[in-house]
Amino acid sequence: MFAFIVRRIAQAIFVMLIIGLIGFSIKTQIGDPVRDMVGERVTPQEREQIRQKLGLNDPFLTQYVRFVGKALHGDLGLSFFYKKPALDVIVSKAPATIEMVMGAGLLIVLISLPLGVYTALRPRASFSRFVMGFSTLGVSVPVFLTAIMLIYIFGVQLHWLPSYGRGETVDVFGNGWWMSGFFTADGLKHLILPSISLASIELPLFIRLIRSEMMEVLETEYIKYAWAKGLSRMRIWLLHAFKNTLLPVITVFGVQIGIMFAFTILTETVFQWQGIGYMFLEAVERSDTSLLIAYLVVVGSVFVVVNTVVDIIYGFINPTVRIAGTK
Amino acid sequence: MKTSMKRFQQSYFLHSFKHDRTAMMSFFFLACFIILSITAPLVSPYNPYDAENIDIMNAETPPMWLDGGSSAFILGTDNMGRDLLSTMIYGLRISVVIGIGAVSLQAFIGILMGLMAGYVGGKVDSVLMRIADIQFSFPYLMVAIFISAIFQVMFGIGSFEKLAVPLLIIIIGLSEWPVYARTIRASVMGEKNKEYVEAARVIGLSRPVIMIRHILPNTLTSVLVISTIQVANAVMSEAALSFLGLGMPVTKPSLGSLIRAGFEYIFSGSWWITIFPGIFLVLFVLVVNLLGDWLRDVLNPKLYKG
Amino acid sequence: MSHLLEVQDLKVTFALRFGDLTAIDGVSFFLDKGEKLGLVGESGAGKSVTGFAIIKLISKPGFISGGRILFNGNDISSWPDARMREIRGDRISMIFQDPMMTLNPVLTIGTQMVETIRAHRNISKAKAEKVALEKLKKVYIPSPEKRLSQYPHEFSGGMRQRIIIAISLLTDPAIIIADEPTTALDVTIQAEIMDLLQELCESERMALILITHDLAVVSQVTEKMAVMYAGKIIEYGPTDAIVKDPIHPYTQGLINALPGALKPGEKLHQIPGMMPTLTNIPPGCAFNPRCMIKEKICEIEVPGLLKTVQGRMVACHMKTVH
Repeated sequence: MFAFIVRRIAQAIFVMLIIGLIGFSIKTQIGDPVRDMVGERVTPQEREQIRQKLGLNDPFLTQYVRFVGKALHGDLGLSFFYKKPALDVIVSKAPATIEMVMGAGLLIVLISLPLGVYTALRPRASFSRFVMGFSTLGVSVPVFLTAIMLIYIFGVQLHWLPSYGRGETVDVFGNGWWMSGFFTADGLKHLILPSISLASIELPLFIRLIRSEMMEVLETEYIKYAWAKGLSRMRIWLLHAFKNTLLPVITVFGVQIGIMFAFTILTETVFQWQGIGYMFLEAVERSDTSLLIAYLVVVGSVFVVVNTVVDIIYGFINPTVRIAGTK
Repeated sequence: MKTSMKRFQQSYFLHSFKHDRTAMMSFFFLACFIILSITAPLVSPYNPYDAENIDIMNAETPPMWLDGGSSAFILGTDNMGRDLLSTMIYGLRISVVIGIGAVSLQAFIGILMGLMAGYVGGKVDSVLMRIADIQFSFPYLMVAIFISAIFQVMFGIGSFEKLAVPLLIIIIGLSEWPVYARTIRASVMGEKNKEYVEAARVIGLSRPVIMIRHILPNTLTSVLVISTIQVANAVMSEAALSFLGLGMPVTKPSLGSLIRAGFEYIFSGSWWITIFPGIFLVLFVLVVNLLGDWLRDVLNPKLYKG
Repeated sequence: MSHLLEVQDLKVTFALRFGDLTAIDGVSFFLDKGEKLGLVGESGAGKSVTGFAIIKLISKPGFISGGRILFNGNDISSWPDARMREIRGDRISMIFQDPMMTLNPVLTIGTQMVETIRAHRNISKAKAEKVALEKLKKVYIPSPEKRLSQYPHEFSGGMRQRIIIAISLLTDPAIIIADEPTTALDVTIQAEIMDLLQELCESERMALILITHDLAVVSQVTEKMAVMYAGKIIEYGPTDAIVKDPIHPYTQGLINALPGALKPGEKLHQIPGMMPTLTNIPPGCAFNPRCMIKEKICEIEVPGLLKTVQGRMVACHMKTVH
């Protein structure tokens, strides 16, 4: 088990270095750190001096190592637009995105689990057919369209829910960093449509996954044996079958959370949600390269970490992997 | 040729197709869509790229059957004064071209990599699969968005316009080849040990020949199934990119760009600019997905769907 | 006097897309307390289906299409599923074929044992664990206390089968149905497990239905046996008698095919042809295409299970008196 963890972490570090390399290469090609720091109005001589001071004339590898070193200390360059360290900008906007993902995650768990189990147990019921049909439709509607439709129906026509922004937020830690929308009714109302939109990407996937996993499990010998032992239906379905279904689903869930972060770019645009996705697009418009690269490095690292953690957790939960991992 | 036609006609494939209403309807609609996109210049009432046709005074005209609409513009006009129906048809054409183009590229790269990794094995396999794994852990959309973003920043939006379509094909094509590579590799590794490969080797056929002529045809069913899903994905990716402004330029809008353009006008009442292209896009992707589902069921009897 | 278990003319049908298939076509036998019955036949003859049918555990789209099952005089064939739980795992326990697949991989042995007891008896978890430990000892599992918190994959095949046997003992059932209990095990372990099963049945006074294709095992363990062919019982009677003097041509073929019956250097006897699949059963006696002694009537009329002159039960026109 230990060997397994070590291997996974080593792999993760390797991937992060590659991400860093890609990010760094792009940065050297298109960024202009001199401009980032002092603006446009400098003479060529001053420019050259600054370049020398910043070590921009050093060989590629040296600069890369320096980049990695700085990154590990939290320095990912300066945002041209915000005139602040890129990492600070990202960190300050992250809570908004994280809350949207949390809302979506909650919805996914609450909706896909019961629906997935039900459609597995009663595949021919009309409700099951409806759910499966709806999920095929769901896969065919792009997330931004879902978001727009939701705004149109619930915001513009019915006026039930707000159409943009985060609404009222509460300072969770008292230092102005994490402004949360979870603690006020207004904030929650603003969270509903974005969370639903984001969840809509994953719901069809999860319902189908849980359903097919559960159906496969229900056909196994050990489930048949559980029937032969005379156990109650509920116990067989909800313990024997469900626990086996859950295992592969958990790994997918972890990965999909990462994917949802990618799709926040789309949802935040529609809802004008001031998270890191929205920030990314603004950075593109403003050619704020440091911020873009910082985004790549941060989000990329988040993916790697999430994937690694999920793999390790799976190793702990699934008793058979523990032994296999030590081979 | 005649015998294979006859075999096809009697095959289980055709039989189950004829008996599955969803499959037949989907195929019918898909054929309509494709014909529409090919014959766009002939079929659509106007040419939306021709600046002479467009009068900004016509902007935001409602569909024909509403107040203020006119029969000149059946589904109304968009925010620039273009006829919505024509722009949608041309937009569909772009989606189809990019979808098929990107998938062809993905398939080409992926199959090549998969064949090599599966057949040659060893170090080649490890390296290629490592790359695929790493790329797999990042959602394809992120990769595509990021590449587009970098392009925008490097070259500015103007020069993007002419290269838009081929560029999008390349971007989307590059971001999803691992899907093909993995499946082909698994197939190849399964086939590699079968007798007919032994036989081919004994006869003295070279590796590439064995790979292409013998193993590849046996892996084609998986390729076919994946391809339908990938076309749907590619079209959605292009729509997403265009919606973000990182895809098709405003002068040559795709369905995604139209949705973007129409978004602001939803609040002021001109809902058709977004809704009609939206419905159109969803219908197209839905039809492709349904066909893909059906294909998967037919070609893979082992997959019990219940 | 009613038997412990009596199966009367049982029929099981599978409703498939292209038609109905009869897997068991009129099977009858009985079992008394403590008796050991062997249900013998090739794969596909219907032995396992019979076993599952007794506890009404036939997988869809199969269903009981005829006949009755009497347990202690009660007709359980019409009982609803909820009521069957009183019998399943409680009065009649079942042992499956492959111990590697029978236990749930994500639950501990303890959980899987305790839940069985508590599904049928109203006792506390602690008491249930005591019972579990007691039964584990009966199957000679070393350090049973440690075992309860372990997972199935931590045990070998033979150990798992012992655990499964222990589970089947938990409710002190009247009958154990063992479906090919040793087929999936190593040859060396097979004998151990069979000995254990036999010993336990005798000491606990449990009846046993042993479903197998292994004639050697049947002749060692059981007192009476039923030979199945293409969904029907074609010979039924005391094991010793059948093995020494098989009457039905098929049974004769089976016994003669055993290597033990030969002298060294003699060629192995084989019955020509193969047992028909459910979709290809010929009219009349299902065995007739392969039979050496068949006559015209064998191709037309299905023979019933009737008494011979000597008092043995055979389904063969040529061997029974009309």
